Amino acid sequence: MTETALEFQHVFKKFRKGEGHDSLRDLIPGLLKKTFQVHGKDALKTKEFWALKDVSFQVGKGEALGIVGPNGSGKSTTLKILSGILRPTAGTMKVKGRISALIEVGAGFHPDLTGRENIFLNGAILGMSRSEIRQKMDAIVEFSGIPGFIDTPVKRYSSGMYARLGFAIAAHVEPEILLVDEVLSVGDYMFQGRCIQKMNEVLKNGTTVIFVSHNMESVLSLCGRAILLVSGEIAREGAPTEVIAEYCNAGGAFVPKMTDRKKAIIKGVTFEGVEGIGKALPPGSRLKCNVTIGCIEDCRLSPGLFLTQYGSFVFDTTYGRMNGNPIALTAGDEVVLSWSIELNLPNGSYDLGVHLEDVDTGTYHEHTFRTMNVLIANDYRYEGKFVLNPEVALSRTSPGKEVPLERHAL
Amino acid sequence: MFREVVQYRNLLWMLTLRDIKIRYKQTVMGFLWAIFMPMLIVFAGLLVKKGFSIVSGKPMDMAELSSVCIKSLPYSFFIASVRFATNSLIGNASLVTKIYFPREVFPIAAVLANLFDFLLGSVFLVVVLALIGFTVDYHVVWVPYLMLMMILFTTALGMLMSCANLFYRDVKYIVEVIVTFAIFFTPVFYDASLFGKWSTLLLLNPVGAILESINNVVILHRPPDPFWLMYLTIWSVGGLLVSWSIFHKLEFLFAENV
Repeated sequence: MTETALEFQHVFKKFRKGEGHDSLRDLIPGLLKKTFQVHGKDALKTKEFWALKDVSFQVGKGEALGIVGPNGSGKSTTLKILSGILRPTAGTMKVKGRISALIEVGAGFHPDLTGRENIFLNGAILGMSRSEIRQKMDAIVEFSGIPGFIDTPVKRYSSGMYARLGFAIAAHVEPEILLVDEVLSVGDYMFQGRCIQKMNEVLKNGTTVIFVSHNMESVLSLCGRAILLVSGEIAREGAPTEVIAEYCNAGGAFVPKMTDRKKAIIKGVTFEGVEGIGKALPPGSRLKCNVTIGCIEDCRLSPGLFLTQYGSFVFDTTYGRMNGNPIALTAGDEVVLSWSIELNLPNGSYDLGVHLEDVDTGTYHEHTFRTMNVLIANDYRYEGKFVLNPEVALSRTSPGKEVPLERHAL
Repeated sequence: MFREVVQYRNLLWMLTLRDIKIRYKQTVMGFLWAIFMPMLIVFAGLLVKKGFSIVSGKPMDMAELSSVCIKSLPYSFFIASVRFATNSLIGNASLVTKIYFPREVFPIAAVLANLFDFLLGSVFLVVVLALIGFTVDYHVVWVPYLMLMMILFTTALGMLMSCANLFYRDVKYIVEVIVTFAIFFTPVFYDASLFGKWSTLLLLNPVGAILESINNVVILHRPPDPFWLMYLTIWSVGGLLVSWSIFHKLEFLFAENV
């Protein structure tokens, strides 16, 4: 990892449940109660809970970190601590560089001011100078896509327009560290695409990005690393595909049952037809995968190969199902299983996993969800859920000159 | 803590501008607002003066009338700013919980926005006084200093109250009540000297001391009393330092308690 831009060290954050004293009128009887009641103090303590429990992570300069997790798991709290809005109860936090937080699009818009006036106000709130805003005004208006309404008070805007303008301003701040909290879900489909594109641009310029989202696709496409937060604790940290798979699996999906005694192991997995891991393949490519299995104790195995996407199965097969019989191995044996699959998959990122199933017990000696990440490249010819190997032909029934096809840009 | 505010001066300026703009947008009176409040106080003052003169049998003189006018303007700046500043943090709750920047800018911007009104009103007052042939002497150079002290004291009180109101919502009602009746305890309609040896009690109120000093230099053409000048300076500068540091210490709790 290069230079650290952000660091969280054993951060704890405590929040209060229930109602506090919001007025002086309540405070006085409240204080009296506290003085005269013996249990007063304990009662207060049960009302507290940890929003973050011992969270530590580092983000390198120019890195994009995704944070995923269910509602109320502490994602926004993390961002608020990073941006300085909240102070951690315990632990330390280090930030190097100008931070800009997009915790809510258009926070700080004043309904009575026009779009243009709000650009100045919001730009200042996000830390831009006036000359900087004036310089970027045209770009912001252009990006927001609502030039016709820029001199209308924002109270007359639709919620989509509101969000567009908010994001447009934030996207032009050019901070060193950008914190983004679930803001891409607003705006229409086209606008979301532009937002992702803009974020990629920002990343290319060396900005560090912390990205909180429930949109797994955008986390995958933007982030190089991800964290799964579950009730205030880091449940998983690593490659986005792994983390997302874990997050999606947490919804009660398949959890493999492992054996108590390992009778066989996977000694190695090699691939053919892939030049370097992480390289995108065109749909329909053939992928060869050789699994070397070593046997420790006599057993009957049905090794499998499967593909998942965000934790749900796309494809799953085993040797037993393909061949009708399991492989019987004796201690000391070493065999190589050669798989070959045709990746008739649409664009996307998939995880290829392998396992060793013991047919006598129905448990697994080995099971990994992600032996390799398979990326299927952008193929503009078709999209959808499946690749149906389309073919198309044109024949002319009237005589005439062949007209060359004009290709439209997509 | 001051450096941070200097760093965010652009934001301070934009927020002040926002507060000024929204005050005059979609309103019946527009910029007349700036003189409406002080005018109301002036008229109330004239009524009181008239009452005094009927009771005492002495006719009203021009100096007394101008005195009421001149003291009303800073006084109305003071109460409007404190009112406005008290609500400044709660009124911007969405910003307080969503984006980080020094929160001091809210009460300061509130005071600055009201200062704009004060300046508009001053221009109006100066024109009126000049038309009726009112004259001042060189002692008037004290006015900017006294107004600066007024601004500092107002900011100090505004910061403290905005902070208190964030934690306890009924603070704004308390402020409202105090501000409404404060005019009776502040020498705006009358001179502190009216109360003889009790006048000291009235001048202990720093706002009273400031107004009385303004009265001294503008109406009575004398330098301000050195003792009270010291007294009000200590209140203004010291008050601001104390309330700013309290504000700064509690700042990190704002987002959770708003």
